[in-house]
Formats: sequence, C-alpha cells, structure tokens
Amino acid sequence: MAGIPLTVNGKAQTLDLSPDIPLLWVLRDHLGLTGTKFGCGVSQCGACTVHVDGEPMRSCTTTVGDVAGKRVTTIEGLAPGKLNAVQSAWIAEQVPQCGYCQSGQIMAATALLARTPSPTDADIDQAMSGILCRCGTYPRIRRAIHRAAKGGAR
Amino acid sequence: MTTGTSLTRRDFLKLGALAGAGLVIAFRIPDAAEAATGAFEPNAWLAIDPQGRITVWIARSEMGQGVRTSLPMLVAEELEADWSSIRFEQAIPAPRYGNMSTGGSQSIRSMTEPLRKAGAAAREMLISAAADTWKVDRATCHAENGAVIHAPSGRKLAYGALAVKAGTLPVPENPPLKDAKDFKILGTRRARLDVPAKVDGSAQFGLDVRVPGMLYAMVERCPVFGGKVASVDAARAEAVKGVRRVLQIGSGVAIVADTLWAARDGRDALRVTWNEGLLASLDSAGIRSTFAELAKKPGASARKEGQGATALAGAARTIEAVYEAPYLAHATMEPMNCTAFVKQDGCEVWVGSQSATGAQRKAAEVSGFPLEKVVVHTMLLGGGFGRRSHQDFVAEAVEISKALNAPVKVVWTREDDMQHDHYRPASYHVLRAGLDVKGVPVAWTHRQVGAGILALIAPQAVQNGLDPTSVDGAENIPYAIPNIEVDYILHDPGVPVWWWRSVGSSHNAFVVECFFDEVAAAAGRDPLELRRELLQGQPRHLAVMELAAAKAGWGKPLPKGRGRGIAVHASFDSYAAQVAEVAVADDGTVRVHRVVCAVDPGHVVNPDTIEAQMESGIVYGLTAALKGEITIAKGRVQQGNFDDYEVLRMNECPAIEVHVAPSGEFLGGIGEVGTPPIAPAVVNAIAAATGKRVRRLPIRAEALRRG
Repeated sequence: MAGIPLTVNGKAQTLDLSPDIPLLWVLRDHLGLTGTKFGCGVSQCGACTVHVDGEPMRSCTTTVGDVAGKRVTTIEGLAPGKLNAVQSAWIAEQVPQCGYCQSGQIMAATALLARTPSPTDADIDQAMSGILCRCGTYPRIRRAIHRAAKGGAR
Repeated sequence: MTTGTSLTRRDFLKLGALAGAGLVIAFRIPDAAEAATGAFEPNAWLAIDPQGRITVWIARSEMGQGVRTSLPMLVAEELEADWSSIRFEQAIPAPRYGNMSTGGSQSIRSMTEPLRKAGAAAREMLISAAADTWKVDRATCHAENGAVIHAPSGRKLAYGALAVKAGTLPVPENPPLKDAKDFKILGTRRARLDVPAKVDGSAQFGLDVRVPGMLYAMVERCPVFGGKVASVDAARAEAVKGVRRVLQIGSGVAIVADTLWAARDGRDALRVTWNEGLLASLDSAGIRSTFAELAKKPGASARKEGQGATALAGAARTIEAVYEAPYLAHATMEPMNCTAFVKQDGCEVWVGSQSATGAQRKAAEVSGFPLEKVVVHTMLLGGGFGRRSHQDFVAEAVEISKALNAPVKVVWTREDDMQHDHYRPASYHVLRAGLDVKGVPVAWTHRQVGAGILALIAPQAVQNGLDPTSVDGAENIPYAIPNIEVDYILHDPGVPVWWWRSVGSSHNAFVVECFFDEVAAAAGRDPLELRRELLQGQPRHLAVMELAAAKAGWGKPLPKGRGRGIAVHASFDSYAAQVAEVAVADDGTVRVHRVVCAVDPGHVVNPDTIEAQMESGIVYGLTAALKGEITIAKGRVQQGNFDDYEVLRMNECPAIEVHVAPSGEFLGGIGEVGTPPIAPAVVNAIAAATGKRVRRLPIRAEALRRG
C-alpha cells in the first residue's frame, strides 16, 4: 500500500490505512485526536465536523481516501495553545453544557465566520442547523457567534 | 412526591448520615513522601495544599448540569475561599462518598448540606490554626477570601500556610453555617470550571478513553425486545481483518477487534439467528388499543378527594378527553459506551455513567470481584437525561473484557443506541371534568394506563398496582377542585422503560395542563384567570405563573396567526411556568417563536446554570412535543438515527427568556424542571392560534393543516 498523504493540523503525514475508513475514526483512533466526536455516523448530527481545506465537512462520511493530499483541521488544531474568537465567545457566553457536540459547533461556526464575518440570524440558521445539540445550547450558540463577529463584544 | 424521588432521598439520607458521622475534610497532612512530591490522593471532599490550592472532589457525574462548578461553590462559600484557587477532581466511588447516583434533579439538594458543612468545618479549623499560631483569642480572628485575618493586629495568614497545622486539629462536627445574607459566592454567576476543556477538544468523555492495549467491541443485539441468540455463524466475521474474537454474551454477540472500524465490519459480516421470543408481534397500534381497552375499568387509586364520579354525575356540564404520549428515546449526543479492564487482581472501568456507584456494583457483579476491587473512573457524559443511570453498557464491557483478559471499549452506534434504549413509557389518559352552573370546576378525574419504571426495578415500591413515578405530576395536580380522583392501570407491553428527563411529569404536565385549558375553554374563562383563581392556596405556583405571564405580555395582542399558551408545573421540589408563543402555518407546521419561563428553585447556587438548565429542559421537551416518537413494529423499534428520530435544530429553536425567582426556605431541583411545562404551553398556544386541540404527542402537522 502506498499510504495516504494528508496534513492534519498542519502536520504532513502518510497513513498506511485502507482508504475507505471514515476520516472520523482515523482522527480519533489512529491519530488520537478525540476532540472530534462520533454522534450518528451518517452526516445527520454534525458532531464530527472538521475543516478540509478550510471547508466544514462531516468526517463520519468522508473517508480518509477522500482527503488524500488535503489539509484537515480539527478542534485541536484550530488555535493550538490559545483560543480563536469563536472559542473565546463560547466561554464568554458559557455555551457548553455536556459539551459533546461543541467541537462540531465551534468548527461550523468558525467556518461560517471565515466566510461571512458578520452573519445574520438567517446565516447562522443556514450554517448551524446541521449540528445537533441535545442540551439545547442553541440560543447561546447564536449569541456567541454574534459576539465573535463583533470581536468579542456582546 | 414520588417514590422514585424518595428512593433517591433515602440514598441522600444515607449519605447525609455518612457525611455527618465521618465528615472527612482532611486538610490532609502530607506524609514525608507526599511532602516531597506535593502529591495528594483524592480521598476527601476537599483538600488544601501548602500552595493554597483547594481541590473539591465531585461525587456526582457531570452531564452538562454543572455539578463540577456548583458543588465547589457550596464548599467555597463556607470556606471563605478565593474562588480562583478552587479546582475539582472527580471522585472515585468509595464508602465515604455514599451513593454517587446522579439523577432525580438531586445533586444540589443532596449535596448542599454535606458540602457546606465540609467547607465550614475547614474554615473553623483554619481559624483555629491561625489563632494558635498567633497565640491570640480565636474569637478575634476571621476568615476571608482565602486567608485568616487577625483584625486587631492586622496580621494575615493564607490558607496554604495554615493547611498543615489545621490538619492536626479535630474536625468540628457541627460547624456554624453562614447566613444566606452573607453569601459571596452562592447566588452569583460563576463561569463553569468544566467549560474551557469543552471548547478546545481536550474534554474527555467516555468515548475518548484510551487504555494501552485496548481492544474495541461492538455487540449485535436481538432487534426484538427480549429475544435470544439461537445460533451464530461467525465465520465471515472472524475473517475480517482486525477481528480478534466473536463471542456470545448476555446481551447478544460481541465482535472484538483491533479497531472500532474492524469491529463494525465484523459485525456487518456476522450472521445471527434469533429466537425472537414473545414480543415478536408487538406493535404500536396494538399497544394503543390495549391501553384504550384497559382504560375502561378503574385502576389503582393515586388520589381521591371528595367523590369524583358523583360530582361528575351531578355537574351542570362535563367534558371528557383522551390524551396519549408515546415512547421516547433519550438520544444523548454521545452514544452509549464503556471501557473496562478485568485484570487478575481487580477491575477498572472508565465510563460516563450517571451512577459511578451503580457502575461499580454492576462491574463487581459481572467481574466477580468485590466492590473494593472495582475502580470506576467517571468520565464526562455526553448527555444523560436518565439513560446513563442504566448499567447495561457497563455489563457488556466488563463481560467482554473478562473473557479476553484485555481492556475493551464497547461502543454503540447511533442505531444501537436508538433501538436498544430503555424508553420513556408510553401512556394513555382519560380525563373528565365537571363544571357547576357558574362554570366553576367541581370535579376532575384522571385515569392513566401505562408501564411503570419502579414496577420493573423496585417492585416492592409498587403498592396495590400503583407505580408512583407514573402518576407523578398527575396525582399532585395543584388546583383547588373539590372532587379529584386520579387512578392508574399498570400495564407493561414489554418495551423496556426507564427514567427520562422529568419522568412522570414529562407526560403528566402535558395531560393535566392541556386538559385544564379545555376546562377553562368549557367554562368560557381565560386559562390564566382560571388558574389564578384555583391556585390561591399555592403561592409558589401562582408566583411563577404570574411572573411568566407578565414577562410574556399575557393578554397583549399578537400578530395574526399567532397564539399564546401557558402551563405551570411543580416537579422535583421546584416550580416552573412557561408561556409559549407559536404560529401554525397553513400546512400545519408549528413554529415556536418565543418561550418565557419563570422558575422558583427555592435557593440559587449559580444563576447562569439555572438559566442554562431551563433553556436545556425547554429544548429537550420541545423536541419531544414537536417530533419525538418511538414506534414499534414486529417487536422492533422502527427509528434508527436522527433522520427518523428528529431533534430540534438551530433554525427551529425559539427565543427563550428565563426568569429565576427564588422564594427561599427550600431546596428545589433544576435539571428536569424546565421540561414538563413546554409541551402543554405549546399545545395550549396552538389551540389559542387555531382553535384545534392536540391530545396526542408528538404534535402532528397533518392534524393542524388548514382546509
């Protein structure tokens, strides 16, 4: 096997794995990046959202072969050693409860703000409705995204 | 109050007694080795190290409700600690922690006394240590912000400097507790201590556990409840690369592999023939019709005041309605999982369980080791909602690890989780009310048919066929109606049932508060006004209702097509009222625009957490009201994932306003209290908007379509 080249959180590597394994399980079980979560396995909940070449992708239905040669960013690689504006806003608004879905929420929100720096509520609905939260943190997520868009101000 | 709650309360008393007898606070005196390394073992409610760092041990599970912050707040208040010096550690089950079960909205209620006493005892010991150091009268010293101060001389010693000496002093048994007016931490907003790890991916949930040499397992379970393995053809599964072992276990057939993905492939290749058993023909329609048939005869009396039947017969006007609530899955975001390692000399378990104590007991039972040889590491829970009080996934992991002599992580897929849950019981309700000539309600009868949870797990708590958890929220209807009868027919169709956020109140609030609105409509009364009239003897219900109504602008005009509904419900010793504002589209789609919630939990530890829990309970209950239904066909659950068991999404979430109004003098729960009122508030709002009355959950668009 030739190995699958990919860059994860800035680190180029070649993985000797079957190309049809979902990226999610490669990140979690082979690379130890457990911040990306398993929720449904069929792109219904968004807990597994990562960035592939900067775009939000569901890693549970993206195979490792699909991302060969691409740049993958997980929650651990978003702002290593510090917090990005979204993560800071998440703390300011005290968003997480159980916290399980929040990596996916933060990855989706970060991608949204990269594309749309001042999102409307409709933009937020559009970008975030694919990421489920059973603790009901949606109102706080909305506030946190608006806060992050305003550079941290409420 | 339900027996379910009082079972937990008995656990609390046991813990209380334990804590009272052996209040282990321990300013632990480091022995020589410890002093050299600065290391301390987690063996007490709190410890203070020579650097002044304060560690509080959390003997409850963190599932989003904030115990890793609220419990330390209880200690820090009495301790007069500097909040920034507080850290937490998760407790490992031990007798000194009592029952660590986390449910029934009990954490604050059960832990307030022991933790406040622990903090107060520590404070008193620190003051004594300082007075002794200074050789001054103890009464001239006081504790403040992490230090003891001798005001007359202006001297001050930080807790870290006093810890070792304080540890040599006797622990006071009944230290004075602070007066609530002097609180500096309790009742103030504190950022949650567990949040930073939940925004950078470092938080460790059960599914994230990695143990050296760990294998992964999936379990194929009979799709029909109660079915058993008839035969297994494992040849193709065993041929899958990475599969180590296929073995039959109590719950089905386990596939153990080097990676989770290999276990999944192995399971796909497995062929199992099942003895489907007695429930292979069970279906939802049959369950409903059996319920309806059973509801024709009287059941076990849960409450009898006056003469309901006679009063109904003599009433000027009577109304009657049937209400139904479905089975519901918990659908925590993190599917069930557990990692276990049964070794030669004991068993170690890593799990997100709502009861570390229960997990320990289950692991001991399955592994054969005594409790003291079973160590349970409580990981973060990716949602609990009652589901993780069950230990089925712990049993699987321990059983498989024992067979392989290796650490094993058992992972459930979403489909496993959805189809092998233990569900919120379905229920069927017949309600009748009588009004006198003036339209005043004079009789209320409520008959419920359904499965009981205690009937399954604690049958001794079911007296004369009455499962108290099933009628909680129905038998304690708060309205002043002279004749009230509530009865219950226990019937378990065989679908496994379990605690689900707010338990009996999850359906009874819907039934009672919606039928109350029907009574108000029959009487030609505003539903708020009639409640106000009949809640005069219930000041706490009344206060939250008035607050929610005022904040929601009850009675003020709404845009065309919108309606408001109100519901008030007490559960877990707290009081909550909600006003929902909804619009119903021509195609029957319900949009909930706004929810205003008022809650009286007695006392407040962290107001931000209470607001969050109300938001959480509302969204959880709204999912159930608008979407939630587990249906059965051929003994199988028909739903499998979030495409057919939908949950509320961001674009469907209403604006939520929470008003916390503690009336003091009692301790109420909070984790479940926000859920019960939302379904009736929404259903009542739909009736206000459309004139159509929904009596069966979930709310179905087709029933509300215009034309």
